[in-house]
Amino acid sequence: MENLIDATHQAIVLLLSGNSELWSIIGISFRVSLSAILIATIPALLTAFALSHWQFPGRRLLITLFSTFLSIPAVVVGLTLYILLSRQGVLGDWKLLFTQTAMVMGQIALCFPILVAMGHTALQSAERSAWETARTLGAGSFRALYLVMREVRFGLLAALLAAFGRIIAEVGSSMMLGGNILNYTRNIPTAIALETSKGEFSQGIALGLVLLIMAFSLNAMLHQLQGRGRPVS
Amino acid sequence: MKIRLTCPIVLLILLLDLTSIVHAAPPQAQLLRLATTTSTENSGLLRDLLPLFEAGSGYRVHVIAVGTGKALKLGQNGDVDVLLVHAPAAERAFVEAGYGIDHHRIMYNDFVILGPANDPADIRHSDSAADAMQRIARHSIAFVSRGDDSGTHKKERQLWQAAGLSPHGKWYLEAGQGMGKVLQISAELLAYTLTDRGTWLAFRDKLPLQVLFEGDPVLYNPYGVMAVNPQRYPDLNYAGARAFINWLISDQGQARIGGFRLAGKKLFTPVAGNDTVMLKHRPDTPAQ
Repeated sequence: MENLIDATHQAIVLLLSGNSELWSIIGISFRVSLSAILIATIPALLTAFALSHWQFPGRRLLITLFSTFLSIPAVVVGLTLYILLSRQGVLGDWKLLFTQTAMVMGQIALCFPILVAMGHTALQSAERSAWETARTLGAGSFRALYLVMREVRFGLLAALLAAFGRIIAEVGSSMMLGGNILNYTRNIPTAIALETSKGEFSQGIALGLVLLIMAFSLNAMLHQLQGRGRPVS
Repeated sequence: MKIRLTCPIVLLILLLDLTSIVHAAPPQAQLLRLATTTSTENSGLLRDLLPLFEAGSGYRVHVIAVGTGKALKLGQNGDVDVLLVHAPAAERAFVEAGYGIDHHRIMYNDFVILGPANDPADIRHSDSAADAMQRIARHSIAFVSRGDDSGTHKKERQLWQAAGLSPHGKWYLEAGQGMGKVLQISAELLAYTLTDRGTWLAFRDKLPLQVLFEGDPVLYNPYGVMAVNPQRYPDLNYAGARAFINWLISDQGQARIGGFRLAGKKLFTPVAGNDTVMLKHRPDTPAQ
């Protein structure tokens, strides 16, 4: 049995040696998760804005629903889409099971509620007064929307990071929908699951390190921005 | 202020660009989807075979490695084009139900029973696999079962049946995981387990377990390949499945299987050529 220090050491060697399989896995992870978050962000933030801005029947229910979906297990999202996308399923004609597109769909479903729920919380804090001030000063609706979003940009950025953090580290739906195919749908979390099942702990740790370094950089970036945003008193 | 906001966005776009160096999906016509068992993937056999087949045929093979039960299910639902599995009875049932065609036996290896070196149930001196299972049950020594309806799990249930037992109790642990995970669990618990020899060889150096019983003919582990019936799913890549099957049973494919070594040991014995066709069952209108 390898010990943790040995495995970590080998992991760093693997990363630095430019192991192409390892880097392909890392690339796939980012490609899929960034696509998902780029597609989800705008509709999700507009939804959050609608929930914080307008009173309409079912609004409370929707907010509760989105908060509920925060705790949905990734495998359940995976399983639901799997059943829909399988050839036997309703959307079988799309032939999307075991493709990157299916993985992106799963990750959108996972990050959308986070963006809405956290975005809604952030918007609530500023929305009314900022919106009215902007409108009074003669801004059009789109301009006012932009100003409101800008007002709470750190809250929105935190929502973005939390959403990205969930999907980049998520194994259940990627495994079911992607099938863990090498060089195509094998991403960091599914590769970690596979390598540990094979007893290749150093590969697993190498990939875990990449995730940690990435999370650290993103958070450091956010804190940097927040620091700069604070008024000097 | 605008610059600060655009900074993370630019970074995101940059990252996305970087990741586009990863190969995009190959065109649909060239793609062949193979559902197979973890044993062929984890042992490294497919990594040895597939590049040769891909270079010769122009197809790209996407491997989905799951248990035999799941692989058959994927075939039944038309989610894959071709299957490489090891559960002869289930394979036959699959073909008879009209889900699979062009079924060939291509190779075999064998199962072994592993356990801790001190062998508390003394299965070393068993006369048969069934006897070994009886001894484990009689002493109630921990046994880790795959518990996932894989080919190995089907074989294990067959052995319990031959032993006249239906295992239950605290000593009988159903893991519900792949072979590698089950070997690790067995090693941690110093338990007995049934494994295919390929996975065992791949793990041997990492585990404090030993082969304690082997060689009973009932532990013979034949692998079969078949195409998913294009009559049920006309848009499957049947031509690719045929090409793959024909290559596996060709002299070149068979020689490659026989030449594959893991940790210096021969793992699979090719069997195509002598009694290869287990069931012939062609569609009336072959695809393409």
